[in-house]
Amino acid sequence: MSGLGVFFRRIWPQLLTLAVIVGLISVMFPGFFDISIANGRLYGSPIDILNRGAPVALLAIGMTLVIATRGIDLSVGAVMAICGAVSAWGITAGYGLGATLLMALSAGLACGLWNGLLVAVLGIQPIVATLILMVAGRGIAQLITEGAILTFNHEGLIFFGSGSILSVPTPVVIWVLTGALVTLVVRRSALGMLIEAIGVNLRASTLAGVNTRVLLIAVYMASGLCASLAGVIAAADIRGADANNAGLWLELDAILAVVIGGTSLLGGRFSLIASLVGALVIQAVNTGILLSGFPPEFNLIIKAVIILIILVLQSPAMRTLLVFFSRDPRGVAETEKETVTP
Amino acid sequence: MPESDASQPLLRARGVRKVFPGTIALDGVDFSLAAGEVHALLGENGAGKSTLIKCLTGAYRRDGGEILLDGKAIDPKGTVDAQNYGIGTVYQEVNLLANLTVAENLSLGHQPTRFGMISTRRMNAHAREVLSHYGLEIDVTRTLDSYSVAVQQVIAIARAVTLSGKVLILDEPTASLDAQEVEMLFTVIRSLRERGLGIVFISHFLDQIFRICDRLTVLRNGRLVGTETTSAIDRVDLVNMMLGRELEHEVRSHGKIHSGTGGTRLSFSGFGRRGRIEPFNLEIQAGEVVGVAGLLGSGRTETAEVLFGVAAHDSGKATDGDGTALNLASPRDAIAAGFGFCPEDRKTDGVIADLSVRENIALALQARIGWMRRISDREQKAMANDYIRKLDIRTPDAEKPVGLLSGGNQQKVMLARWLVTNPSFLILDEPTRGIDVGAHAEIIRLIEDLCTQGMSLLVISSELDELVAYSHRVIVVRDRHHVAELTGADITTDNMVRAIAAPDREAVA
Repeated sequence: MSGLGVFFRRIWPQLLTLAVIVGLISVMFPGFFDISIANGRLYGSPIDILNRGAPVALLAIGMTLVIATRGIDLSVGAVMAICGAVSAWGITAGYGLGATLLMALSAGLACGLWNGLLVAVLGIQPIVATLILMVAGRGIAQLITEGAILTFNHEGLIFFGSGSILSVPTPVVIWVLTGALVTLVVRRSALGMLIEAIGVNLRASTLAGVNTRVLLIAVYMASGLCASLAGVIAAADIRGADANNAGLWLELDAILAVVIGGTSLLGGRFSLIASLVGALVIQAVNTGILLSGFPPEFNLIIKAVIILIILVLQSPAMRTLLVFFSRDPRGVAETEKETVTP
Repeated sequence: MPESDASQPLLRARGVRKVFPGTIALDGVDFSLAAGEVHALLGENGAGKSTLIKCLTGAYRRDGGEILLDGKAIDPKGTVDAQNYGIGTVYQEVNLLANLTVAENLSLGHQPTRFGMISTRRMNAHAREVLSHYGLEIDVTRTLDSYSVAVQQVIAIARAVTLSGKVLILDEPTASLDAQEVEMLFTVIRSLRERGLGIVFISHFLDQIFRICDRLTVLRNGRLVGTETTSAIDRVDLVNMMLGRELEHEVRSHGKIHSGTGGTRLSFSGFGRRGRIEPFNLEIQAGEVVGVAGLLGSGRTETAEVLFGVAAHDSGKATDGDGTALNLASPRDAIAAGFGFCPEDRKTDGVIADLSVRENIALALQARIGWMRRISDREQKAMANDYIRKLDIRTPDAEKPVGLLSGGNQQKVMLARWLVTNPSFLILDEPTRGIDVGAHAEIIRLIEDLCTQGMSLLVISSELDELVAYSHRVIVVRDRHHVAELTGADITTDNMVRAIAAPDREAVA
């Protein structure tokens, strides 16, 4: 089978889900697909989904790699706040744009290094290790902003939130490029396979000579870097760093995007592109609820119900049911095998 | 306490059979336990001891055979059910609640109540009363974890006896106890024997078996080897029963040529790690197969792990043929020095179950050349197909997840993983365990082929006749020491058994 065939067989459930949700929205809201260009920038609901989905999409890239190693990174929302605060502080303190960005990205890498050391060197469970920074991170961000919302008016920095490149909003360009770059690096090098090997069986990978410690630290640093990009975008979007609310609960959306993308929380096989589609699914749901004009107090509940439906449809129990009805002998054999293990 | 056939056994299992996908864990095993005896259950890893226990206590559903208690057929549905029949089990890891008091642990689930409330006073009195029978005068209101493992073990036994009262199964109760604590436990076991309980005792420590047990039953590869009265058997016979030797006359070394000319490939001096394996000296020639014999827990796997850097050595040094010092602080170092290691437990330490046969074979080589230079799909596939053909790995194709293959084929994938790295020294820990007879023979043939090609191998096996067949030299390990080295015509199962069983040499004469 060709590589492309394998690829589509892997991500069709995610693509189908996205298509169904976009379809539903466009039925309820006929003007959904109207796209216009104003002031050299694309506008319209689909563009809005791509644009608003940028932070979760970026977080999902790093989160996918971490989850593939059988870890989890709860700190990404807090890291966004830290990096947003660093960029706002840098630019208001008079550093240049380049230096400011460098500081923000370094802060993200440092956060990832911290998480990675806790997990890979001290052997702390990832959920506990990253919980530390999840809690402490907002405190650090508040120290940087000195408790206030640190606003700025630097055009260069604002460009990362509301600017556009060739009519495409900058956040969209950033997450698409990051996604493409990371996919390329991971799949063109042996990183992808080594990460999957670690996630399936850490001890066996170490015994086969895989440098598991360094790789584990590297994935948490990648997650930190992705979170810092998301943090800069979020700060640039509102022209200020809000230590309390920037990236709040987004770690959960990022994990959800990975789950919708079909990567197992038990580690192993992963697909970055499926996670990105998962992030778009979440944003499409958000946008759809807003457009449909439901009272905003229903939003969270509707979102939860839609996501529940998606996950039920993707659950192993549902697959067993589908297999039962389709009577695919191969599929039946595989599901039976799963229940047999003592 | 020899049992006469006239007296009905307390617990009897007849023709117990248990099948797991791909393996027969128990194949028609008989077992009988008399009231008032301590009966040892012995066997190497995978012999079927724990499967038999789990069938007796209902933790597993048996696929055949019957279990009789006091002559009546029983069919326990689970451990609680077995307890109600009178069969209690105490495991190596005490599974009581460490944060509750001793008294609460003893009466958990059966607390004495007064007006619907737990009566702490009566519960504590009951606990003191129960423990006094075990010679334990301790404060029952303190939490369980304030006492040593040995005391906890006795408390667990007391609880099991109170709830069951007929049969007590002790699964490696002495594994984490020191000599004095073992003594205390044995006193308890003896008094329970006098009270007429039937006790099943599982342990790897042969001297303990000889001290406490009246009879013993040996299992090997899921089959019953035999039941003997302890006083009528010596250590050598027992080791023979556990390791098996019936093939000795068939599998004779067929003209093993000791290359010798290849010169020294590796030498280890004073190599060891505290608490794992005492320092040993070992020299390995090019094209030589060094066998390692010893019982489970004797230090044979520990030897392999120290050599490969899994548990890095803390004494001694290693040099290669030219006398250059080798750094062996981690598996990566060992691999860089040209080592390979197929571990004993393929599932947890060996294969990456969800990855394909192709990826599993490429993994070690890829890890060695680094993540930057990816071995292309085409090369990986060629490599995998090459070894699928050479080693006759039964798989529909190279993309099948390796976890779906049988044990023997997984072992071949592990071998292929190392062979593609072209190692000069390959360590195989129990390469033939748990694989079917056909694959067994193929792996032995492969070991011989590799050594004629000039590779040096260290092979650990509990199948002594197998070691006789391919080893140029055999090292015998006992109690974490390398105790003997056999070469040439001295490599016989008799000699190995004698060296393994040595402490009891007087009994042999």
